[in-house]
Amino acid sequence: MVSAALPLHAPSDVPSTPWIAGDKTASQVTSEICGPLERRASGWWWLAFLAAGSVLLLGAAAVSYQIMVGIGTWGLNRSVGWAFDITNFVFWIGIGHAGTLISAILYLFRQKWRTSVNRSAEAMTLFAVACAGLFPVIHMGRPWLFYWVFPYPNYRGPLWVNFRSPLVWDFVAISTYFLISLLFWYVGLIPDAATLRDRLRPGWYRRFISLLSLGWNGSYRTWRRYEIVYLLLAGLATPLVVSVHSVVSMDFAASLLPGWHSTIFPPYFVTGAIFSGMAMVVTLMLIVRKVMRLEDYVTPRHVDVMTRLVLGTSCLVGLAYAIEFFTAMYAGNRYESFTFLNRLLGPLGWGFAIMLACNVFIPQLLWFRRVRDNLLAVFAICVLVNVGMWMERFVIIVGSLERDFLPSTWTGYVPTLIEIATLLGSFGLFFTCFLVFCRLLPVIAMAEVKGVVAAEHGSSASTTAEGHP
Amino acid sequence: MSRKVFLASFAHEQHLLSAVQAARKRDWDIVDIYSPYPVHGLEPLLAWRRSLLPVACFFGGAAGIILALWFQFWSTARSWPIDVGGRPWNSLPAFVPVTFECMVLFAGFAVVIAFFLRCRLYPGKTDSVALKGLTDDRFALAVRDPGEVAEPGAVHAVMHECHVLELIESVQGEPR
Repeated sequence: MVSAALPLHAPSDVPSTPWIAGDKTASQVTSEICGPLERRASGWWWLAFLAAGSVLLLGAAAVSYQIMVGIGTWGLNRSVGWAFDITNFVFWIGIGHAGTLISAILYLFRQKWRTSVNRSAEAMTLFAVACAGLFPVIHMGRPWLFYWVFPYPNYRGPLWVNFRSPLVWDFVAISTYFLISLLFWYVGLIPDAATLRDRLRPGWYRRFISLLSLGWNGSYRTWRRYEIVYLLLAGLATPLVVSVHSVVSMDFAASLLPGWHSTIFPPYFVTGAIFSGMAMVVTLMLIVRKVMRLEDYVTPRHVDVMTRLVLGTSCLVGLAYAIEFFTAMYAGNRYESFTFLNRLLGPLGWGFAIMLACNVFIPQLLWFRRVRDNLLAVFAICVLVNVGMWMERFVIIVGSLERDFLPSTWTGYVPTLIEIATLLGSFGLFFTCFLVFCRLLPVIAMAEVKGVVAAEHGSSASTTAEGHP
Repeated sequence: MSRKVFLASFAHEQHLLSAVQAARKRDWDIVDIYSPYPVHGLEPLLAWRRSLLPVACFFGGAAGIILALWFQFWSTARSWPIDVGGRPWNSLPAFVPVTFECMVLFAGFAVVIAFFLRCRLYPGKTDSVALKGLTDDRFALAVRDPGEVAEPGAVHAVMHECHVLELIESVQGEPR
């Protein structure tokens, strides 16, 4: 049943129920998606917003404190010079990857189900990359000199940035990723902004949406060019997403530290990123469909397909772990084999156990249809996957640094409260941005869903005409 | 050429397609078509000229590659050569990631900017079509008045055959 785990082609055992439940008309789609934006926010939204906003404030306070006092407020030492901060950075960049997978790669594969989740997933990408970008800036210690990473004419010679360093590649890759994701998301939003504009009463909100809609009127001359642009952006974003996490992995792989210096890192990181990102998309969509009452648009069938992707990538991540371990043992390099035994049995062995359990073993439950159909179980598994993926980065980064070549430099690492508050604050930032997005813009790509609904109506009409049920 | 344009709206995609077919058969000048989502099946009927947007994308990408390669070479090997671990001044393989990212960045922005310019989409633009609901669930066909070429009332007759909901006449500029 390997083919059933890879939903890139329509799986044969999925019943051919429509992607959008409730036999919707185009006008219904418009009013059901735009409706919540025209009403006042619900109590649940305010509750979630206040909770997320409070955590964001906590993070802001922690960041302000560490900028004032310096990054000596972190638990770093001479051996472990990279720990929580970089873990959070890699974690958030990884979360972003599923948005591009859904919007670009699945578009190229002509997966119709993506239309219900792509807008939110792309928004998730943007906010996740913004959260990720925050960490290197904080880590600089003097964030007001952030612009030094740009190669700009300066008074130091001019002395340019070192283009042979993966850290500079990373800066360019992340900036490009953010800008192209923003562009892709915005281009996809224009037709829906026009739909919303044509419904809203005059006021500041209408003016704002009207600015975003760029005077779109649904002209076919524009539509056909729009489709070309969308396809080209999807074609550009697909290799981009692979390159971004490959470059992130090279921050580690290009160093000589055992446990980091490995050629498997780029594909291993990309798979892990898509794995954690898909789990985050499922987590978010399960909340959004309930809170925004979008059960007809994000159906159990969507959840089923997405959990299959989570399962597929979980297996790939498990394979990467196994290969990494095998290579370390088989290669005969004593530092390499020690590092991996240390991961298993050393001071961070508990983290390694959490990582294996959450990333490899628990997702195996998704092979069972009963588990995939139980949305609460899916939610729990996906939250655990993200715990596991965060732990994976922590184990790779701290586990390798705290036990390097020289036993006299061995040490431990414990995060300070400031670091924990900063991590929590990044979650606060992410959820605050996401909640504001849910209130301001259509969370579902209406124009694309209308196309899917029309195609389903068309195909059901033609099958009925041919005499098939 | 007449500047009078007939604007016919339809409730269903199929009605729009049959109206477009009828207009094409009579060789009427189709000014534009409006729909809430891209209607597939129009492309072969209309046989409009292929868009040159991919060319803009290509040149954007090529510019990105050339600029990134030139700048990295110039800054690393000419302006301020730095010896990093004895690597050659011109470390071409190390320049690949940044070159690739710049290619994607320039190509993406080039194609989107070209799209906005070509379709005249800009913030603050307000000109809209006289019919309502075209971004919601209505479809519309705009055909130029065939004038003397067709019989009087021919457009009305054909559109009614195709289940037109509303048919209005307006005066427009040249088609884009």
